Amino acid sequence: MLILECPYCGVKADETELHPGGEAHLKRFGPESSDEEFEAYLFERKNRKGVHFERWRHVYGCGKWFHAARATDTLEVFGTYSAQTNAPPDDLIKKIKQKRPDFGGYE
Amino acid sequence: MSDPVCALNNAVFDGLVRLEETGPRGMVTLRGDLGAAAVLKSVQKAVKDATGLPVPAVRRIVLQKEYGAGWMSPDELLLMMPYDEAGRAVKAADKALKAVHSLVVNVSDARSVFRLSGAAAPEVLAKLAPVDFTAMAPDEIRRSRLAQVPAAFWRVGDDTYDVVAFRSVSSYVFELLKTAAAPGSGVGFY
Ligand SMILES: [Zn+2]
Repeated sequence: MLILECPYCGVKADETELHPGGEAHLKRFGPESSDEEFEAYLFERKNRKGVHFERWRHVYGCGKWFHAARATDTLEVFGTYSAQTNAPPDDLIKKIKQKRPDFGGYE
Repeated sequence: MSDPVCALNNAVFDGLVRLEETGPRGMVTLRGDLGAAAVLKSVQKAVKDATGLPVPAVRRIVLQKEYGAGWMSPDELLLMMPYDEAGRAVKAADKALKAVHSLVVNVSDARSVFRLSGAAAPEVLAKLAPVDFTAMAPDEIRRSRLAQVPAAFWRVGDDTYDVVAFRSVSSYVFELLKTAAAPGSGVGFY
């Protein structure tokens, strides 16, 4: 069972109180983009084994979207952070690197 | 004017705890960015004028007699008052919030309220919601789910909890609570 702490209300929410939103920090390619860019935006995902950044929504709670960093292989949660950002915060990256020396950083 | 009637006609059940549908209750949703200082100032006045209460802290609820103010999200509060005062409360809050981006709606008839009384109340709720009641503060309002529907609950006194859910799922919620409170079904976890 996955438990994520909502950064807006502080509830340690059980997975069943949350709604998954897929990979975090996707850049949208819209009407002016090429077919390849649009296809990549829609379908291409990192699907990492290991450190992964995701979007979640506290749907049975405050209703807000937020971000979470976790390991897909062990389910270890490194932290959660605000939705109002385009990349994971530096202190979280640092924390993950300490725990997982093989983690090369967010790209 | 016809009299307001709550969804289950004030149903009562006695089991591990006493269950009562306690409505109708006045409820007003107030939306506005509580993190913006300028908005918060107006919200403080709105909540005061509508209920006489201060703005609750994050995930807290302030209760006094028949009035209440609960923190629902970074931009939403739940205000409670006697049913027939909801219209006046909306007008008062609207007036205080005139200058800021906000929304005030009377949702009294969209909700149902249930009261659980008895020492087993946390246990009955914990059968239905993924919530650790030992970690819940005495003045905390917890939004979660009861089985498959959204609900919010808080403590109103020793061994007494109030639960609010959408009116459209009133009978579902009451049946759930009845099942969780069935005589002989105690777990003794808390
Ligand atoms: Zn939340």
